[in-house]
Amino acid sequence: MPTIEIAGKQVTVNDEGFLTVYDEWSEDIAKVLAAQVDIELTPRHWEVIHFLREDFKKEGESSTSRHTQTVGGFPIKEQFVLFPKKPAKKMSYIAGLPKPKGCV
Amino acid sequence: MKKLLVLGGGTAGTIVVNKLARKLPKDSWEITIVDQDSQHIYQPGLLLLPFGTYEPKQLVKKRQSYFPRNVNFISARVERINPEDKKVYLEDSRILDYDYLVIASGTTPRPDQTPGMNDPRLWYKSVFDFYTLEGSIALRNALKEFTGGRLIVHISEMPIKCPVAPLEFIFLANAYFKKRGIREKVELVYVTPLEGAFTKPVSSQALGEMLDQRMITLEPDFVIEHIDVETKTLVSMDEREIPFDLLVTIPVNMGADFVARSGLGDELNYIPVSKRTFLSENFDSIFVLGDASNIPASKAGSVAHFAIDLFAENFVEYVQGKPMKHDFDGHANCFIESGDRKALLIDFNYDVEPLTGKFPIPVIGPLSLLKESYLNHLGKLAFRWIYWNILLKGRYLPIPSLMSMAGKVQVSIMEKEKQDAHN
Ligand SMILES: Cc1cc2nc3c(=O)[nH]c(=O)nc-3n(C[C@H](O)[C@H](O)[C@H](O)COP(=O)(O)OP(=O)(O)OC[C@H]3O[C@@H](n4cnc5c(N)ncnc54)[C@H](O)[C@@H]3O)c2cc1C
Repeated sequence: MPTIEIAGKQVTVNDEGFLTVYDEWSEDIAKVLAAQVDIELTPRHWEVIHFLREDFKKEGESSTSRHTQTVGGFPIKEQFVLFPKKPAKKMSYIAGLPKPKGCV
Repeated sequence: MKKLLVLGGGTAGTIVVNKLARKLPKDSWEITIVDQDSQHIYQPGLLLLPFGTYEPKQLVKKRQSYFPRNVNFISARVERINPEDKKVYLEDSRILDYDYLVIASGTTPRPDQTPGMNDPRLWYKSVFDFYTLEGSIALRNALKEFTGGRLIVHISEMPIKCPVAPLEFIFLANAYFKKRGIREKVELVYVTPLEGAFTKPVSSQALGEMLDQRMITLEPDFVIEHIDVETKTLVSMDEREIPFDLLVTIPVNMGADFVARSGLGDELNYIPVSKRTFLSENFDSIFVLGDASNIPASKAGSVAHFAIDLFAENFVEYVQGKPMKHDFDGHANCFIESGDRKALLIDFNYDVEPLTGKFPIPVIGPLSLLKESYLNHLGKLAFRWIYWNILLKGRYLPIPSLMSMAGKVQVSIMEKEKQDAHN
């Protein structure tokens, strides 16, 4: 898999640009990734991102929108306001987690 | 006597009691299966019933007649499981105990999860599901009377069982209206929370092209918030609006409520298990088979069948204290009806997405993968006979449980072919 430089650090990404190594992520990297999808991170965005990072550690997979609503307490409607159009995908992208499995 | 208790006598429950009744010694095992009703519905037929392919009575059989004689059947609703005490509480206040428990209670559509969806002014009047027998019959009658307008096929949320069924429905609707000579009076729209027609890239593209060819509009990334009852409009979380005359929806699918009451499920009542062995992550006497588990595979009868072939081997090892050696790979194999008596076949697993190529089957001959053919359509129709006579009884089917790459065109080769075509 290719590595690219983000915020002065070498990180491994897949062909869609999702980080593939959990520990290569940092808050500086998140800011750059967010800017790439036209999102400016507010404190509420950070709450979601930190929930997703913690949840991934526990569950071993990226949270779905419903899981983020039920377990994290962030209503799906708000996820759409914070991460417009494709919240589940954008949230994982910025949090340095795999794209949630488009359930088969 | 050791006690094996199976909750749910649908596809998975029926297959597993048939397999294990043959494998476990009769003098030391007592097998019991519980279901809330006596009607086993052939669910794949619910897709075709609205178009007149089947009559309801062709899709329903008596559940008990598919259980082996040495298996006890209890007709009751499960209320709750207490996994610490290894007890199952039934709604009629009977209590069952077990040494090993198999949960096979499936998943069902829940229109009540989306505001407005089951409003009596709409439900089974202009909004229908086809995942239940009642819904499928009501939809058949509505289609007969439909003379034109906007027909929407809609997925509320993933995962759903048989994730290709809504695509098949819209392909079949296209063929159905063509045959009635009113296709140009009907606008067909496919609304999905996914990014494209389907989940995985190669098949999503192929199926997306099939929508285009049929003049079916695709509305991706649509996550429903509610249905506006007055204006008959789907409204999304980000305030997109799609009006309809006739809505065919797949409501949110959820596992059984007793799973939630027992504290065993996730937010959609699916039970976390090992995706290789189906052993519960939390209790070493509980396995979960079929649609009820959280494995990242299609919720389909074919998956349950492949999975249980391996599970039965593993279970016999497990109860003898041996390691389980038969890992499941997520193998799924689905026919996709595309209308005009044609169908596609897709074959995939946890790691390999659906690819193009040929699927080798002894005697019948190779079937085309991801490509429409009449032979695949016959395969789909034959599946009903296979389901009742071979699959449920846990008999041998000449299709391997683990996926094989034989005949499949790998993506790297496909890309090379595309490049060659350009050069
Ligand atoms: C329209 C449609 C088309 C489909 N097409 C295909 C196809 O082409 N190919 C394919 O492979 N699959 C297809 N499927 C999917 C397939 O039918 C399911 O994946 C399969 O039936 C799952 O088996 P299961 O045993 O997990 O669940 P089910 O067969 O649904 O059985 C669950 C059982 O549990 C019982 N139960 C639930 N709760 C309780 C309770 N509280 N107490 C007692 N009993 C309870 C229910 O009564 C039911 O009998 C289709 C499904 C639908 C709806």
